[in-house]
Amino acid sequence: MPEVISRAAPPAPETDEAPARRTAAQRVIQLLDAVWRPALLLVLLVFGWWAITAAEVFPAYLVPAPGDVANELIEEREMLARHTWVTTYETVLGFLLAAAIGMLAAVLIVYSPTLEKALYPLILFAQVIPKIAIAPILVVWFGFGPMPKVILAVLIAFFPVVVSGVAGLRSTDPELLDLSATMGASRWKTFRKIRFPNALPHLLSGLKVAVTLAVVGAVVGEFVGADEGLGYVLLLASGNLNSSLLFADLILMSALGVVLFVMVEVAEKLLIPWHASRRQGVPLTTS
Amino acid sequence: MPETMTTQPAAAAGEQRAATTIDITDLTCTFTSKRKRTTALTDVSLSVEAGEFVSIVGPSGCGKSTLLKIVAGLVPPSSGDVRLLGNPVTGPQREIGFAFQRAALLEWRGVRANILLQAEMRNMDKRQAAARADQLIELTGLTGFESALPHELSGGMQQRVALCRALLHEPPVLLMDEPFGALDALTREHMNVELHRIWRETGTTVVLVTHSIAEAVYLGQRVVVMTPRPGRIERVYDVDLPAVRDYGATMSSSTFEELAREIRVLLGASGHHG
Repeated sequence: MPEVISRAAPPAPETDEAPARRTAAQRVIQLLDAVWRPALLLVLLVFGWWAITAAEVFPAYLVPAPGDVANELIEEREMLARHTWVTTYETVLGFLLAAAIGMLAAVLIVYSPTLEKALYPLILFAQVIPKIAIAPILVVWFGFGPMPKVILAVLIAFFPVVVSGVAGLRSTDPELLDLSATMGASRWKTFRKIRFPNALPHLLSGLKVAVTLAVVGAVVGEFVGADEGLGYVLLLASGNLNSSLLFADLILMSALGVVLFVMVEVAEKLLIPWHASRRQGVPLTTS
Repeated sequence: MPETMTTQPAAAAGEQRAATTIDITDLTCTFTSKRKRTTALTDVSLSVEAGEFVSIVGPSGCGKSTLLKIVAGLVPPSSGDVRLLGNPVTGPQREIGFAFQRAALLEWRGVRANILLQAEMRNMDKRQAAARADQLIELTGLTGFESALPHELSGGMQQRVALCRALLHEPPVLLMDEPFGALDALTREHMNVELHRIWRETGTTVVLVTHSIAEAVYLGQRVVVMTPRPGRIERVYDVDLPAVRDYGATMSSSTFEELAREIRVLLGASGHHG
């Protein structure tokens, strides 16, 4: 039936081949197009910051000049790199554990009503309890090492993973599950081939929230009791009224969060290209 | 495709039962929600012979989809007896192909991979399944779109993919729940012609639930007309048309027109829907 196909065909070749044929130059242009607006805003903000310090509106020990902060970043690079590495390590470990534990909890909740009843109140309780209030207890229990920071990062980051995981796993089309049943598929196979990939878009948006929260968890942990890490440096700098170091440290913390966020976004692009590219709507049921 | 009938293990058991593929006796189905009890089906009895094509038409909410799901073992009946290929239906049935109203494709898989889901779930032989998938892709005119994702396909093509998936394991029984309901009239006609051809070529037993009287009469050897809720079988018509049906000729034949009119009147008399 060639006439049916020719009528239906147009969207497929375009979406299929256009990305593959894009040249390197076009990619650069596309990247610049995405970047120039926030870059311009950033430049304006830094300029405004510089103007304020140049006019000496505030004393230098309260607001350091951008140049001083840049100097601090360069001169103290070895010390700052070491502390950034510590915080990165705590954050990433906490995030990965949160992702694993959160997914596991989501699966248990979706597959077992009994476990849902048992787990859900506990998870909610763990969420509403002020994490900063637990930090001192964790330090008492686990000392000044990375352990309490990792645990804090996990505690803060795992809730969005659970919520998005549950939403994703529950969003499976019931007809797909019926179909799977008529195929005689095992629960595990249905999970692996239908439910889990279907949950990925939800899950990844939860992971994006989680990774930024994990940074917060690690830094808060360092505030309470640490001898290394960006949070520790921040306390040190504020104690010495070293505002340049304080700002430099702040910039590094934000950069860490941004880099980790972008990494999850890249993972998202790689894992679910089918979802990101889903623009033409799938025909919906009529009755 | 004569091998269709030999691949299924229940064939031997079915022989002494005079080749009855689906046997429904005194079926009742009641759903209980918090507020009320809804009787979806009452006193439904129906037999479908091997290789037969049976269409079921009825107004919205007459329980025809429920009937199909009961046969597939996806919904348990409240009372009554359902047998598929001679065996009582107690849980999801594997000896069937099921096509839904929506194509229900996996968004992240291309056409070919979507069809092969059937093989993966059933642990079918990979090479055989691949060959069969290619055959079906050609049969349904999907050649050239093997790697296209569902959102890149038109509604008609999505349904073809779903049909291929339902046929991959050469099931003795194909259950279809308004598979062309979401398609435009023209595409729907093409799909009807294709389904007719596929049925002729594979000898599969088909039960088709539909809203369209034309579709039901053109495709079916028998047309089952159901009443609105609670669903009962109002009448069963034998379609007195040749086994091989040309679409245009069938549509303009007097037998077709008369039967279609009769069914329309019956449906019009038994409810407001049509």
